[in-house]
Amino acid sequence: MNLETLPLQLRDWIVSLFPGALQWFVHHLLSITAILTVFGLFFAFTTIAERKLLARLQNRLGPNRSGLPWFRSLKLWGLTQPFADAIKAITKEDVVPAAADKVLHFLAPVVIVAFSLLGFAVLPFGRHLIPVELDAAILYFFAAGTATELAIFMAGWGSRNKYSLLAAMRALAQLISYELPLILSVVPVILVVGTLSTSEIALAQGGWTWGFLPHWHVFTPWGFAGFVIFLVAALAESNRSPFDLPEAESELIAGHLTEYSGFKYALFFMAEYFGLTALSGLGVTLFLGGWQAPFAFLEFIPSWLWFMGKLAGMIVFFIWIRGTLLRLRIDQLTRLAWKFLVPLALLNLGNAAFWALTAGWSGPLVLVRWGISAAIVIVPFLILGRRLSAGYASRTYRYAA
Amino acid sequence: MLGSGILKGLGVTAKNFVGSYHDPARMVTQEYPDTPAKLPEAYRNFPFLVTENATDPMGTLRCVACQICEKECPPQCIYIEKSKDKKPDAAGKPQLYPAVFAIDTAVCMSCQLCVEVCPFDAIKMDHVFEVAATNRFEGLLLNREQLAKPNEYFHQIRPAEAAEVDGRLTAERKAAEEKARAAAAAKAAAPAKPAAPAATPAPKPAEGGAAP
Amino acid sequence: MSCSDQSGLDAEFSTFGRPGGPTVRAVHDDFHGDLLEVSMGPQHPSTHGVFRMVVTLDGEQIVKLKPVFGYLHRNHEKIAEGTSYLASMPYTDRLDYLCSMTTNWAYALAVEKLSGQAVPDRAQYLRIIMAELTRLVNHSCLVGFLFNDLGTSFTPLLYAFREREKILDLFEALSGSRMMCNYQRFGGCRVDPSPEWLAAASALVDNFPRFLDEYETMLTGNEIMLARTQGIGRLDAQRAINAGITGPVLRASGVDYDIRKVDGTGFYSRFDFRVPLGAHGDTYDRYMMRILEMRESVKILQQAFKALPGGPIMDPKAKLRGFRPKAGEAYGRLESPKGELGFYLISDGSPNPWRYRVRPPSLINLTLLEEMCLGHTIADSVVILGSIDIVLGEVDR
Repeated sequence: MNLETLPLQLRDWIVSLFPGALQWFVHHLLSITAILTVFGLFFAFTTIAERKLLARLQNRLGPNRSGLPWFRSLKLWGLTQPFADAIKAITKEDVVPAAADKVLHFLAPVVIVAFSLLGFAVLPFGRHLIPVELDAAILYFFAAGTATELAIFMAGWGSRNKYSLLAAMRALAQLISYELPLILSVVPVILVVGTLSTSEIALAQGGWTWGFLPHWHVFTPWGFAGFVIFLVAALAESNRSPFDLPEAESELIAGHLTEYSGFKYALFFMAEYFGLTALSGLGVTLFLGGWQAPFAFLEFIPSWLWFMGKLAGMIVFFIWIRGTLLRLRIDQLTRLAWKFLVPLALLNLGNAAFWALTAGWSGPLVLVRWGISAAIVIVPFLILGRRLSAGYASRTYRYAA
Repeated sequence: MLGSGILKGLGVTAKNFVGSYHDPARMVTQEYPDTPAKLPEAYRNFPFLVTENATDPMGTLRCVACQICEKECPPQCIYIEKSKDKKPDAAGKPQLYPAVFAIDTAVCMSCQLCVEVCPFDAIKMDHVFEVAATNRFEGLLLNREQLAKPNEYFHQIRPAEAAEVDGRLTAERKAAEEKARAAAAAKAAAPAKPAAPAATPAPKPAEGGAAP
Repeated sequence: MSCSDQSGLDAEFSTFGRPGGPTVRAVHDDFHGDLLEVSMGPQHPSTHGVFRMVVTLDGEQIVKLKPVFGYLHRNHEKIAEGTSYLASMPYTDRLDYLCSMTTNWAYALAVEKLSGQAVPDRAQYLRIIMAELTRLVNHSCLVGFLFNDLGTSFTPLLYAFREREKILDLFEALSGSRMMCNYQRFGGCRVDPSPEWLAAASALVDNFPRFLDEYETMLTGNEIMLARTQGIGRLDAQRAINAGITGPVLRASGVDYDIRKVDGTGFYSRFDFRVPLGAHGDTYDRYMMRILEMRESVKILQQAFKALPGGPIMDPKAKLRGFRPKAGEAYGRLESPKGELGFYLISDGSPNPWRYRVRPPSLINLTLLEEMCLGHTIADSVVILGSIDIVLGEVDR
């Protein structure tokens, strides 16, 4: 039994149990069920992992009390906490303001979860494990992801509250500002590989130079720059620290989510995590080699396990960032996007074009290629970085005589 | 370089994360109530009345209802009513005792002034903090019976202080006994004076020798 | 607060289903046009106690800010007129509840001035030790909460509190309570620390700079922190002097005024320490003042532990009960971690003071909040409030 092809064999076996007319339907229903189950559980464990990891960063234990209802003595170290939270969210009273637009108010959480989930359809989870094989997969992914921003506006508008609307517009401003760096950081990958299909991009990152350096895009200068920009933009797109001012401001002024309670509120946060997971999955596919193993001798570990491992690694990195960094103010946030990330992403595009054009260089010219590419990354970063942090510097202090 | 501060910060949090698994200085959670709370001896929370022994608490209260603690208490949470009769205390002297001694622990701020001003070491600070009541008024108003705790308990929670108090009280009692004995000997010697006026010089040196 | 009912403008009043939640209204100002008045109600997500700010916004900018306090007023000064001098001491614990040792000392200082009471040497050193430990406690609190206001997910707060807990454990082992220490008396201190306590405290103080170094590595060079705090909430030196600002806020604006150096309270003149000064008077300078002052406090503590003399901790002639100072008045002040903390007492010869007045540094530092916040956004106003370091127990008494 080959672990690598186990999911496929399982699916084929279940499909064969059904008559021929239904088989296509069952095939896709299985893919949908698998994604919902796997990523539903992944979301649940992301929440508990976040709480426990943040806790350990902060020198304390995370939630470690929840176990199972009837087997009280079974020590589960708090792993059933997300299910306890889900039960709490479901049993809370659902308050809908009298003046609200009932349809929009109800649909907003539904729409946001639905569109966040749509992005999972084009991620290659393993060598042959992609739910839908599309030629324009990345285009589809970004279209689905951007539709979630519409749901935020629906939430703000449907609450029939002037201040919720204002807050929703501010959240939207942040999301729209960061769409540009997000997409621009991805275009170099498409340029170099030459296709919009995610499964082919994952395939193209196979192989090793000098026996140990994988061909992952992150190990090239333009890929590294693109990956960093992608990380920053992904954090901003999911409203996570250090870009969570719209969420925090909602405690001080009206936020777009104030008229939501109970399960609908939980759905918004589920959508945020799904969005983050999907973006991380895309980042893994485009920059971290997708399901490819880092070393040849590790290829016995199945590809889908590599994908999930890298995905988990990215999520852990995002949690680490959340535990360390401060929040940016909204004007600093937008300035970072427009005056720093967008120019760097555009230059990165040129860098990737240079890389693609010089693919034929060999021998000592390889070093020249790497050198020029690295210079195109480093020099603008230093210049723009200095311009961005002008006026802010560490200070030395004098003492009274 | 832009971002170097952020990277250093990430390094510090990573160090704390890794340290939380092996370094006790970086994992400071005590899983109370599974691990009991460690209280230092000096910890104070709510007063209690000291009784000499546990078998007859009301009879062996050190408190003589002098009402000094009632006067000095800043939020005025102590209420005392003197008894009408007198009972002998641990040294044998007849003393008043409190017929009613109530402390409203909803008001008491555990400032310890009552302990400082008590001349009889009758009221001391307790260590209790797991005190929950189901009734805000009767549940938190502690009367004499609830406040009385034996000297053994005092030794258990505050060994150093209890030892010092016991030492002092024993020394005082011994000094009082010696004085009483000397006074009794003096009284015993004095009636002998009119009975044997010629033999007065003899008892005097004995009386002088009996006095400490 | 009257609702504006000018025609053509709907003055909505929304509490978003939460009692005490943020109330937001539209108001109209002839100069600025349509404005938004946000009342950041007494219950705050960002700590500092029951404090309310009524902020009027023009778009994102603050055009008016009215601080509303008094939610924690407990009549401390009037109660003291009916209570003996000794019995007021536990109440002073609860004024600035983070710095009870220092507040106790300030009150004891005032009473000792009133009655001419002498204090033995060992007690003077112990008072300085406790005051500097309190400075470490308070400044740890402040930098932790400041970063919480800035939006970190509690990480710097918990690191600072981890160190603070160790000092609070020391206070508990010494005086019986972590925060409400009730430690100073008129004529000395209440409890003599044991040699074990002194050794533990000394070891803690020697380890403290490592925590400060780690904290600074994590945060002081952080680019986001620099962008969020530098240039925010500037306070001009002349304005600060005119408004009576004292403490680290004043020194961050560049004014050299530290009561420990000016008055030489207690035996401070025997210690070698420096007073850091800022140059810009913004939030970053105020934060750095606290960090640098913590380093200086460590120096003072190390010197104090070495030089601590033996002897009594309480003047043998001091009376505990029945304390009646002669008629007169006295003002005792010292450099508390928040600023100049002073007690003004007028005695008429009776066991209770005739007039008892606290000079609260938090309240007086708070009076310039509006000026510091004008032109900034609401997110900045929270940070500026955090950098002033207020404790509502002291503001409202």
